[in-house]
Parts: sequence; structure tokens; C-alpha cells
Amino acid sequence: MAETTPILEMRGIGKRFPGVTALDGVDFRLHPGEVHALMGENGAGKSTLIKILTGVYDIDDGAIELDGEPVLFSGPQQAQHAGVSTVYQEINLCPNLSVAENIYIGREPRRFGMISFRAMRAKAAELLGSLGIDIDPGSVLAGHSIAVQQMVAIARAVDISARVLILDEPTSSLDAGEVAQLFRVIRDLREQGLAIVFVTHFLDQVYEISDRITVLRNGRLVGEFRTAELSQRDLVEKMIGKELSALESIEEQAKPQLRDPSPLLVAEGVGRTGAIAPFSLTIHAGEVVGLAGLLGSGRSELARLLFGADKADSGELRVDGRPVTMRGPRSAMERDIAYLSENRRTEGLIEELTVRENIILALQANRGWARPVPRRQQDELVAKYVEALRIRPADPQTVVRNLSGGNQQKVLLARWLITEPRLLILDEPTRGIDVGAKADIQRLVVSLAGDGLAVLFISAELEEVLRLSHTIVVLRDRAVVAQVENTDAVDANSIMNTIATGVTA
Amino acid sequence: MTSVLAPRRRAWTIRKYVPILGTLVLLVIMYGIGIVNYEGFYNTQILLNIFIDNSFLLVVAVGMTFVILTGGIDLSVGSVVALTTMVCATLLNDGWPAPAAMIAVLVMGALLGFLMGCVIHFFEIQPFIVTLAGMFLARGLCYVISTSSISIDAPFWKTTAQERIGVGTFTITPSVVIAGLVVVIAAVVLAWTRFGRTVYAIGGNANSAMLMGLGVGRTRIGVYTISGLCSAIGGLLLSFYMSSGDPLHAIGMELDAIAAVVIGGTLLTGGSGYVLGTVLGITVLGLIQTIITFQGNLSSWWTRIFIGGLLFVFVLLQRAVVRRTP
Ligand SMILES: Nc1ncnc2c1ncn2[C@@H]1O[C@H](COP(=O)(O)OP(=O)(O)OP(=O)(O)O)[C@@H](O)[C@H]1O
Ligand SMILES: [Mg+2]
Repeated sequence: MAETTPILEMRGIGKRFPGVTALDGVDFRLHPGEVHALMGENGAGKSTLIKILTGVYDIDDGAIELDGEPVLFSGPQQAQHAGVSTVYQEINLCPNLSVAENIYIGREPRRFGMISFRAMRAKAAELLGSLGIDIDPGSVLAGHSIAVQQMVAIARAVDISARVLILDEPTSSLDAGEVAQLFRVIRDLREQGLAIVFVTHFLDQVYEISDRITVLRNGRLVGEFRTAELSQRDLVEKMIGKELSALESIEEQAKPQLRDPSPLLVAEGVGRTGAIAPFSLTIHAGEVVGLAGLLGSGRSELARLLFGADKADSGELRVDGRPVTMRGPRSAMERDIAYLSENRRTEGLIEELTVRENIILALQANRGWARPVPRRQQDELVAKYVEALRIRPADPQTVVRNLSGGNQQKVLLARWLITEPRLLILDEPTRGIDVGAKADIQRLVVSLAGDGLAVLFISAELEEVLRLSHTIVVLRDRAVVAQVENTDAVDANSIMNTIATGVTA
Repeated sequence: MTSVLAPRRRAWTIRKYVPILGTLVLLVIMYGIGIVNYEGFYNTQILLNIFIDNSFLLVVAVGMTFVILTGGIDLSVGSVVALTTMVCATLLNDGWPAPAAMIAVLVMGALLGFLMGCVIHFFEIQPFIVTLAGMFLARGLCYVISTSSISIDAPFWKTTAQERIGVGTFTITPSVVIAGLVVVIAAVVLAWTRFGRTVYAIGGNANSAMLMGLGVGRTRIGVYTISGLCSAIGGLLLSFYMSSGDPLHAIGMELDAIAAVVIGGTLLTGGSGYVLGTVLGITVLGLIQTIITFQGNLSSWWTRIFIGGLLFVFVLLQRAVVRRTP
């Protein structure tokens, strides 16, 4: 890639929030026609840098130049006018509007000053089609899965982008096929000379798509590198700031031997019309059951039935050998079943409360409000999990709203772990979490299973499922198509085959 | 996969019409009850009279619809209506020509709304508090002008008050025509203009709307300006109807307007609702009044009791519709 003059230069950027220095003297430059990965651990300052660039936050120190002209955007609206469009980490769409409106609002095709909805839907259908998404543009956004919503947000940004396209963890809830589609579009845009900023915690994706990498650590710039000249190993070391050896141990760590023969939860012919076909499944104490399948294959739907978040309309569920009717999450929680849902934004955190309060919430609810958890015990428990999951900043009094995306995830995970459930359902627990913390979480799952906790583990990352699970349940088109014991003979390829064809290899 | 998901999506699309359909069904039932029980109720003039008697409330409620759609609230509307009648009466008695007086009060209403919108947006203060302050302020100003009623003798007011426009064999007032125009313009603005769609976007998620690069501030200030303007128009219509300015006019009208909007199916949390719903809401309120008049032996306070009951039912209905997450 020839050296061109940068289209965007940020120099000496500093940003302080009360009590935290989020950025300190960070330089960042972006060339036209390149995909630039912005890397760093959770809380390193990636999203903050992006929000400073687009004017969501005021800048404390430093200067920004776009095309050699100093700029200071007052907000996303101005940034968009200057040709900088962004998909922020939190999905930023309006759930009450249609898909087409979400893509075109503010830029609707008009005739005589009136919006032409027909033209808008047609354009939206075409745009979505080019991203390989087949949905009705007239449908209400709230009715779609998180993945589809994310694709819609991307479609919007791609369509707006004139010079700079910023994608903050756009792929966190996409499946392999959708990521491939997205990358195809990104490559096209790069060809056209757009400058693209890409944030992700998936290292493979960084190496697949990016030309250059800027690494941040603790709000400081570590350096800017050409992707081709930086090995994956070096990248991780630069991100976490220490030797990699600690991370790798998880690879060799053997799965703890099963198995306590007593089944904890047995589902027989449980299903729900329109969500998932009737399936049978047994989970033993100390067993990790992994769910594999593409997005929309019914993984979350299965989990929701076991937890009682949705009501099953057929079959029988037994816990400890006794039949139970799940009337709602409460009945599940009474039987020590915990569920970390995929929709963390909407179903989980109370952003105004502190880390400690959020973590303690479920435990307190379990005990009933008449018996408060003693403050000493709270502090101990919270400190333990803040440490174990590396929640940053490590201060339990921080308001959750002010945490970075990845750290918010960890808080939710801690909330459920602290209740000491017997069955823990984890729906994409490592989404948006950095490499180091991801390994921590995986190690934690393994060690908890060793202590007799049963885990239902859902992840779009097949490697993760393979590494952790004793049993792998494969879903396809909203039905369970196979259940395989995770022996040495099983590998990513054979599972992929099953997912693709629906038959066990 | 698409086929399995389709019913769910359609359900979501239909869901947004549930509240307004509920109002429509209620309206039909109430109308049916009236026709069956009371002689002469079927006469279409009865329906038209509802609009004649409530044209000012309708206009005010339309302004309120904009505000509530963004998730805000405007408590100042009743006071602004009263202030409009007072200022208008004073100006006319001072010899201002009718058109000048009308334009002056319209500008005043819009300006009051604009100022409240600015405070709400720039100082990030709850709309409830700001418009509550606006409500006291406007009502206080009424009493500064005069503590008693001022009658309006301007010939234009007299003729407008008596004017009847024939619709087939029935009649309406010019006020109804004006209210109708306001409704149509508002509906078009909300459905087909960028401003209108931004109103819905802000009600859906204000933070997202900001991140999407929409003019959140401009739109927010805009809806309060519109509400102020609608209050002033409502005040003018009320002064036609009453032929007077009075500091005691329109006390509690903000609550009637909110009730009409909510009964009309607009979510108090914003983002969902239609002007047409508000028209239905006003009709429901008017029908209750009419039925009670026809009944003859019920105190008019029963109107309030019915409205209260209905509000409960509708807020519960909204809850049920919103609660079900996908
Ligand atoms: N509004 C805010 N108020 C206070 N502190 C904040 C605020 N936003 C971010 N921070 C802090 O700034 C730091 C950087 O956060 P940022 O969101 O930029 O991290 P990130 O690199 O995007 O992490 P992740 O990978 O988890 O998304 C964190 O320590 C976070 O707690
Ligand atoms: Mg982030």
C-alpha cells in the first residue's frame, strides 16, 4: 500500500471523565483506502476515541484534522455532514420505526417535501440485498433479532459513509456468513477509497480485513503497526502489556472428567411452535453442554425455554427427577438455574446503579428483600468477581453506565455467578470481551464445572464451544439435529458439516 | 427461517395499531349504546356538536400529541389558552384590528413554547418541571392583565361565533373547520416529513436518534413551539366560543388534553401514536359528555369518573402491548 496523506489525523487526544483518564496523548491517523483496526483490552479507550472524533464527547486535549483542515464536530450530525459515519458499539437505532426508516431517517427520499415511503422501501430492499439480508424493509425494527438489527445499523452507516466509515465492534453478534458479507462490502468500499476504522476483539477478523493496526492500552497509545508486519502473538502482547504464556494455558487444560451420573435437568420433547421444534436434552451436574449452530438456528430460543423466559407448549421438563412447569424465570431461579441473556443491553444492567449494586442484584432477589446481604459479605463477593473477571476500573462504586462495553458484560456475568446456581445458561458470554478476559472467563467456566456446576454454553465461536464442552448440541433451522460427545475425533470441521447438512458426520 | 419468523414480525407491525383500534372499538360501542338507549341520539348533528363544543380542546390536544410522541409532556397548555384569551381581549379592546391581534397572540403562544423547549433542551431539565413553571407563569400573567373576565365586542368575533357552515342538512362552526385543518396538517407533518419522523425517532430512543445524527435539539424545541402555537390557536377558538377573555378559562385543560391523547392510543413514553387517535380520543370524551347529558339524571361529574376509568383501562392496555418484548 502506497503512503498516501492521511485523510484524518488525531493528535495528542486526551479525555478525562470524573475519576478516570480515558485517553491520554493518543495519536491516530487514517489513510484513504485502508481498513484500520483499533485494538485494545476492554476499557482501553477505543469507543471513547471514536466518540471524541464524532463529537459525542467534548475533547479535553489535542486536535483533529480532516483532510488537513482542523475540525471539531459538535455531534454526530455534523460528523455525518462531513462524511464521517459511525456504527457505535451500542446499537443505535430506533426500535419503534421500520427497518427502512432506520436506514434512511434524516436522509429520506422526498417528493415535494414529503417523504416517499415507497421509494425508501425500495432503496432499503436493494441496500439490504447487497448485504445479503432478506427481510421486509417495512417491518418494525423491534421485531428483529439483535444480529439483524446490527446489520441494519451497518447498512445505514455504509450507505451514509462518504469518506470515513467507523465500525465499533460491528461483528459481535454476527455469524460467519454475515461477517463474510460485511467484509465483502468493506473491501468494496476500500476499493472506492474510503477510510474504514474497525474495532473488534476477534483477532482472526483483524488479520483478515485490516491493513494497519493501532493499539491502545489503558488510554495510552502503544503504537501503530502494519498488519502484515505484526504477528498475532505480538499483537496480543501489545494489547495486554505482558507475555502471552498465561493465556495459552487454557489451550492445553484438559476438560475435567465427567461425570456425576445424576442428571440435573432433563427435557423431553420440549418445544414451542414458531421458536424451536421439540427436543430432548439431558444436562448432568458438572457437565458443560455447548450449543452450536448458526444465528437464528434456535440456540437462544432453546435456552429461553429451559429458563422459562418463554413458555414451552409441548413436552416435559424435569429438574432433579421431578417434573416442573416453568412459569417464568422465577420458577427457574428457585431451582438454581441462572441465565445470562444475549440481550444484555435491554434485559440486564441497570445503568444508573453501581457495579456492586448490579452484581448483588440477583443474589438479593433470590434471598428476598427482607434479608439483605450483609455489606461485608457483599464487598467480599464483589471484590472476588471484579478480580476474577478483571472488571476495569476495579472500583465497585463506579456507575455501570460509565463502564466500557466489555466491562458491562463482565458485570452481568458476575451477577449470575455470584448466585451460585447449579445450572448456568450462558448466551454468548464472551461477546465483546477482549482476548485476555475471554480466556479468564473460559477458565472460570472450566473450574466451576469442575466444582459440579452444570453449564449450558452458547457461542457463535465454534472453537470456544469445542474447547469447553463435554457434549455438543447442534441446531439447525430451529431444531436440534445432533448431539455429539466431544471426543478427540470431533473437531470444528465435523461440527460445521453437521450444521451445514444436518447429519452427523 | 424466514417463514418461521414471519408471524412474529407481522405481530410487531400490527401491534402498533392495537391501541388506536381499541379506541375505535370503544367508540363504536359507546355510539351504539347511545343510539339504542336514547331517542334522537342517531342524529349526526349530535356527533358534529361534539366537535363544535370541543374544537379548541382538539387543537390543544393535537399540539400535545407532538410533545407526548417525543416522550415529553406540556402542562402549560391550559394556562397558555387562558393567557391567549386575555391578551386577545385586551388588545381588541385597545382598538387593535382583529387580524393583528390574532397574529400577535399566535406569535406569543409559539414563543412561549419555544422558550420552554429551549430550557428543556439546553439545560436538560425535565419537561414536567419546565412546563409546570410555564403553567404558573402564564396563569399568573392572566391575573396581571386583569382579575376578572373581559368581554370581547369586536364584530369579527361576534360574527364568527354565530356563523354556521352547512354540511348537507347539518351545520358546523368555522372553529371546527380550523380544528380540522390543524388535524390534517399535523397528520401530514407527522407522517410524511423529516421533522415528523424525527419526532417518532426521539420518542423511540432519544440517545439513538442523537447518535444517528438527527437534529434532536431542533426537533425537541420544535414540538414545544408547536404545542404553544396550538394552545394559542385553541385560545382563539375558545375566545370565539366564549366571546370573552377570562383568567379562569381552561383550568385543567392540560389534563383533558393529555387524557384525550392517551385514550387515543399514544404511548406516554413516546414513539407511538397518531393524530387520528387523538381525534378519536376527543370524540370519546365528547361522547361521554353527550351520553351523560342524554341520561339527564346524572351529575356532570360522572364525566370525570368515566374519563378516569377509561384512562386506567387504556394505560393498562398500553402496558400490555409494550411489555411483551420480542
Ligand atoms: N461516560 C463515561 N463516564 C465515565 N467514564 C467513562 C465514560 N465512558 C467511558 N468511560 C471510561 O473510559 C474508559 C475507556 O472506555 P471505552 O468505552 O473507550 O473502552 P473500550 O476500549 O471501548 O472498551 P470495550 O472493548 O470494552 O468496548 C473506561 O475506563 C471507562 O470506564
Ligand atoms: Mg468499546
